[in-house]
Amino acid sequence: MAGGAASGGDATSDAYAPARGWLLLPAWLVLGLVVLVPVFLMLVYSFLTKEFRGGVIWEFSLAAYDQFFIDRGLFGDDPPRIEWAYIQIFWRSIWQAGVATLLCLIIGFPTAYFIATRPAQQRNIWVFLITIPYWVNLLIRTVSMRFILRDQGPLNDFLQWVGVIGEPLTIINTNLGVQIGLFYSYLPFMVLPLYAAIERYNFALSEAAADLYAPRHKILTRVVLPAVKPGLIAGCILVFVPSLGSFLAPDLLGGARNFMIGSLIDEQFKGSAGNWPFGAAASMILLTLVLLVLMVLARQQARAARGAG
Amino acid sequence: MKRTTGTASAIALATALSTGGAWAQGQVVVYHWFEYIPQELVDKFTEETGIDMVIDTYDSNEAMLASLRAGGMGTYDVAVPGDYMVQIMRETGLLDTIAEGELENHGNIEEQWLNVSYDPGRQHSIPYQWGSTAFSVNRDVYDGPINTTDILFNPPPELSGRINMLDSQGEVMAIAAIHLGIPQCSQDRDELQALNDLLMDSRQHFLSFNSDTAREVLVSGDAAAGMIYNGFSARGRIEEGANIEYAYPTQGYIAWMDNMVLLRDAPNRENALRLMDFLLEPENVAMLTNWTQYSAGVEGVSPLLDEALRTQPESNPPADAGPAVFIEPCDEATQAVYDRIWTNLRR
Repeated sequence: MAGGAASGGDATSDAYAPARGWLLLPAWLVLGLVVLVPVFLMLVYSFLTKEFRGGVIWEFSLAAYDQFFIDRGLFGDDPPRIEWAYIQIFWRSIWQAGVATLLCLIIGFPTAYFIATRPAQQRNIWVFLITIPYWVNLLIRTVSMRFILRDQGPLNDFLQWVGVIGEPLTIINTNLGVQIGLFYSYLPFMVLPLYAAIERYNFALSEAAADLYAPRHKILTRVVLPAVKPGLIAGCILVFVPSLGSFLAPDLLGGARNFMIGSLIDEQFKGSAGNWPFGAAASMILLTLVLLVLMVLARQQARAARGAG
Repeated sequence: MKRTTGTASAIALATALSTGGAWAQGQVVVYHWFEYIPQELVDKFTEETGIDMVIDTYDSNEAMLASLRAGGMGTYDVAVPGDYMVQIMRETGLLDTIAEGELENHGNIEEQWLNVSYDPGRQHSIPYQWGSTAFSVNRDVYDGPINTTDILFNPPPELSGRINMLDSQGEVMAIAAIHLGIPQCSQDRDELQALNDLLMDSRQHFLSFNSDTAREVLVSGDAAAGMIYNGFSARGRIEEGANIEYAYPTQGYIAWMDNMVLLRDAPNRENALRLMDFLLEPENVAMLTNWTQYSAGVEGVSPLLDEALRTQPESNPPADAGPAVFIEPCDEATQAVYDRIWTNLRR
């Protein structure tokens, strides 16, 4: 927030120039207290020895990472092999989050394009309409989704009534249920940054491309998409990252039959396992993955910016 | 484990009513299950003693333990852990001792609940409510015999793939051990391997793992059978009119008792003891029990219960029901194997 004031409008920046360094102080304090300190604690915990039934013993140990990557059989004394269980859980979560992001992109892009091409005074109304459902708590929305999608729910009733399907579709307690839930939870995070990017797009460029005989799909892929790429990437990050760690949708719409990253970590702290170092290690591995993705995207964006400039 | 309703993991529910001015006697801070005490009882306590009851909630024994161990001690006066969790908390030194004579109504505790294995002589706890955990079957879907754990682990085709399990390692492992007829927390490798194999083979029959919605999925028909607590199932049948029947398997079933414990470093120790005395008064326990639909562990409550509750099938095991067993906390090595089995089941 304070960062906006410091880096924002040129007109005001001079007046605050002497204090500019201090303007970020509240933001840094908050960031340090609620992000850096907890993350550092998790990092430390992941290298400590587990205490039975929760808690840690202050002794260095790699046991948590060993448990994540090495399989020693049911009784822990087989010859070591690669542990696939947790990789499988991570892969499933990444896949679910990826599909949800793709769904958001497919629905979100045309929506954002539509809004950005309305007359200026109408756009705010459309944006407002997009955000209205998100004033309701996420839990309530996810439970409602469950009611809509269930075997005897309105969606199946309707599809059967029109005769599209004979037997009810089973969506609840499947991967599709989770993907729909994630997609629904995070759609506005895709639409809003895309809208902001498309709104700034100079539509004269499309006209110029058309004048130069570019076919319509080329205009989209060669002119529009590169121009709105920052918004596209921001939207994908904003959907993908929270989807990866979420456990409401997997629990309520996926039936929690399989662990996702979020529920696996939750189990270590609040479940019978009580294995804090392992929970911390799983969090650190997740964080590393997310940071890697962000770095790759950031480099791409930088390259795109250089290309444009 | 024994919430009466609710889907959410609640964050905090503070009920600080009527700060009664001159006669205010301070407060008592209760760390409690989500929706596990009726508001009238809270009001009655404040009315009689002038003590405000502040309630904070949790949704599993393990979550409560984690929060107390992560700095919650010294905040709360009492908590309401299940049987095995009392033992864990006692062994980790989280509980304060109630000296003899400190509770006026200590004599009201029923004989059978006085010398419990998890707290011999009731030095740290009093009974709160008790009941059983097994499973219920939707009788519109399947009308064969259900008093067997085969319903969960070797189900008829009508139920296969439509079973909800509790999202709780302790309960799922315990009922699986009962099905196999092996002791809980067995250290025998063949028995542990058999436990693992049983759960792996049964995976295909399970639809979901949900505790919060255990009743809701049965009532709505999303699941055709599911593990559930007896009072929870009774409420689904009576209040929501679902055609579900609670089973008492001949192999055995899980018994549990929730207990109010006195926490170490309780900031309002005196008031906590007064609350415990209040909850050993038959009239008050009856009010609680009529609301939860479970059972009390206090003398003299029975005549004060609703007639329907006394006679309902969920509270009265049939003659051929197997033994009721409490969940045992495992030793560290066995718990590590249990954790691996649990991960295998959910991977």
